[in-house]
Amino acid sequence: MSESRISCEEVVQRLFEYMDRELDSYTSAEIQRHLERCHDCFSRAEFERQLRERVARSGQQEAPERLRHRIREMIERF
Amino acid sequence: MTASNRRPRPLPTSKECRGQFEQEVTRLMDRLYGTALRLARNPDDAEDVVAETVSNAWRKLDQLDDLAHMEGWLFRILHHTFVSHWRRRQCRQEKEVDIEPEDNDIRFSLFEKLHQPFLLWWGAPEKEFVNALLHEDIQNAIDNLPDGYRVVIVLVEVEGYSYEEASGLLDLPLGTIRSRVSRARTLLQKALWSQGQDAGLAKCCGQPSGTSSGGDL
Ligand SMILES: [Zn+2]
Repeated sequence: MSESRISCEEVVQRLFEYMDRELDSYTSAEIQRHLERCHDCFSRAEFERQLRERVARSGQQEAPERLRHRIREMIERF
Repeated sequence: MTASNRRPRPLPTSKECRGQFEQEVTRLMDRLYGTALRLARNPDDAEDVVAETVSNAWRKLDQLDDLAHMEGWLFRILHHTFVSHWRRRQCRQEKEVDIEPEDNDIRFSLFEKLHQPFLLWWGAPEKEFVNALLHEDIQNAIDNLPDGYRVVIVLVEVEGYSYEEASGLLDLPLGTIRSRVSRARTLLQKALWSQGQDAGLAKCCGQPSGTSSGGDL
């Protein structure tokens, strides 16, 4: 009854917005259902998710000692 | 949240509070710096942004309802601090992002370049590609994005902002955020693709250029 009606093309088109949680709950649920059934779209979504995780981790970088020192000195003066 | 379970707000000037503040700032330093660096691109600017963030945070500490919420709060201050730096600079630079020419293969997809549906025995080249990417590859690709795209993608993908939050913070229309996020991803994937090819990561998947221009399957 609630067979997935959304096409692979539509899923691909909206995949990023889906991952960004920017779609309404109906569309989002449709895509989720599609991904549970369609191997091709699922692999694509997995790939984008992994890539995105790598991008998210790029927000971590060892702070130079000079900066740590500067901040310590600053806080002491507060 | 009832009044009874809300902890009394510590005095911002007390020794204990300063200790906690310093501890939290120290703990988060690598992420504060990393985020500032992805946003600002230049290490000196990133250090200034972090320093200004810490100073702004200390000044506004009485606005923080609970020290346990300091992490998210500090990052929001960092984003605001960066954005105000950035706006000042943008005013001087005449918005490079708006004059950036539209690329013709707007639908570039790394997945489509790498995925080989008929080569099941080969495993998953697209996964191997992602795994083989170095931290520096990703940093380079982000750092080389045009300013307006870089900032939006860092806020959304690294910092987890919704489009609406990014729109509010950057004072840009929602539609602009939406299109920049999408464009930034395309540019990012293209950059990773060409870096990967330079590094020999994608030699199994280098298709002759004639078959891959459209990107559609
Ligand atoms: Zn599909």
